[in-house]
Amino acid sequence: MATAILGKKVGMTRYYDAEGKNVPVTVIQAGPCFVSQVKTVETDGYEAIQIAFEDIKARNSTFQLIGHDAKAGLGSKRFHREVRLGEGEAAGYEPGQEIGVEAFDAVKYVDVIGTSKGKGTQGPMKRHGFAGQEASHGVERKHRSPGSVGGRSSNLGTGKPKKGIRMAGRMGNERVTVRSIEVIGVDKEKGLLLVKGPVPGANKGLVMVREATRLYKRKAKNA
Amino acid sequence: MSQDIIAAVQASQLKTDRPEVNIGDTVDVHVRIIEGEKERIQVFTGVIIKMQNGGLEQTFTVRRIVANEGVERTFPMHSPRVAKIDIVRHGDARRAKLYYLRDRVGKKRRLRDRRRGLDALTMRKEEAATKQAQDAAPAEAAEASAE
Repeated sequence: MATAILGKKVGMTRYYDAEGKNVPVTVIQAGPCFVSQVKTVETDGYEAIQIAFEDIKARNSTFQLIGHDAKAGLGSKRFHREVRLGEGEAAGYEPGQEIGVEAFDAVKYVDVIGTSKGKGTQGPMKRHGFAGQEASHGVERKHRSPGSVGGRSSNLGTGKPKKGIRMAGRMGNERVTVRSIEVIGVDKEKGLLLVKGPVPGANKGLVMVREATRLYKRKAKNA
Repeated sequence: MSQDIIAAVQASQLKTDRPEVNIGDTVDVHVRIIEGEKERIQVFTGVIIKMQNGGLEQTFTVRRIVANEGVERTFPMHSPRVAKIDIVRHGDARRAKLYYLRDRVGKKRRLRDRRRGLDALTMRKEEAATKQAQDAAPAEAAEASAE
């Protein structure tokens, strides 16, 4: 069964494990989420659930969303996200059903999806990891420039650079998935999820946590 | 609000039984060393030259001289690997960071004992008190002579 939950990034701290090792952890205030819609093959052609997170005042929602949430017997919610399910799994869910952090009790590795911090316009070195030009040997005022974007022939004789050439521009503020990060702890009382290492986005940002879809060999052995 | 949540997560990991250490104190730091299966304790003795950060993140740096070479080690205050901290001597430090000890050679490396520092302070206070009494005394004496 696909396990997923929405939450907010609280911040980072450290955690000493049983061996006394210092582990960096991100605290996520996860859930409680509610199933706001169940999609089945009959109704939608595929199986999925939509989960809703965080109460808001009805006046801050829209009529469409208020009606949508009310259909599942819920008050207005701020965030709605869909989680795809395998065949026959949708039968296990009902609209209005609560999903809490308990769902992650037995989960060892998770994927965390968030929106990265916006960095504004950035050069190609920071944005794409280009090497830039040399510091000396005759390089003048072009130390961080991208270099060539192609010649006449490589550009297919169009006189324009190829589509998709990596250049300077807006960086960050996009959906980022961090895969296979370890779950360090689950605090059912407070609804907290502790995961190892950093998570995309600023504090208080929305994150979606789901059971890891693919694992590296070493981690698969532990799981 | 988020700070409160972080504080709650950290609270369970804070050491409650640690001694009150200060900058300038000479301490024995008992460090747990794990070698494969075995675990043993190593003691690192030296002067605390600085303490940084607060709460769970607090660290302190201990300086000692090994084979005529200064060695500094920084320990996280709340790490379980720091089994125990014993205070050997309280030093009298007038700075928050004792970097000047790095340039000191020989006997000058030693810090004044805080007890002596305190003694000096109390002596100074006593002196001031006696001086005050003496200032008041001539007036009394004048009164006495008038009689």
